[in-house]
Amino acid sequence: MSASLLGIALVAAPIMLAVAMGCAAARLIIGPRAQDRVLALDTMYVDAMLLILVFGIRDGSALYFEVAVVIAMLGFVSTAALAKFLLRGEVIE
Amino acid sequence: MTGVETLSPVVSAVAAVLVLLGAGFALIGSFGLLRLPTFYERVHPPTMGTTLGIALVIGASMLVFSALESRPVLHELVIAVFAIVTTPVTYVLLLRAAIRREKAERPEHGASAR
Repeated sequence: MSASLLGIALVAAPIMLAVAMGCAAARLIIGPRAQDRVLALDTMYVDAMLLILVFGIRDGSALYFEVAVVIAMLGFVSTAALAKFLLRGEVIE
Repeated sequence: MTGVETLSPVVSAVAAVLVLLGAGFALIGSFGLLRLPTFYERVHPPTMGTTLGIALVIGASMLVFSALESRPVLHELVIAVFAIVTTPVTYVLLLRAAIRREKAERPEHGASAR
């Protein structure tokens, strides 16, 4: 009975995370300033990482964990580089 | 769905609640990012997803994999530590960039501040 509860949760959680990524993508498109778009991209990275983690729980496979780590690192590096670009006008001084 | 059905009912119920709560926090954070009016208000909601969302989903993942492999699986803590360390750094950089850009657009305030 509660195993099916986990099955329902593992179907509902990716839908919720996909809607969250849709909200962040809408902000990425309409966001009036560049800093809004960088913030929306960072939020999309976090939501995508959570989605990969939920897929890993659903399949019972440890391979998804490495993908989540790589997405987290790429999200940090890209957001830091974009914020540095907005701050200075160039990434590497 | 290979091993998830073989979990005990208590473990799977707790994992289901954790996954749903984590996804809900991420959804509320992204919805707030879409709805709030100014940039400085929009910075706050995504941190719900990066703190409690990541913490709850990682807790569910650790619980499920520990129960599946009958040993403590802790390597998801790497993601939690990484998120806790990097999120404030990126947001502080982004807010400094936003403040500097707004000062550069309004030269009278920028001149009085410098």
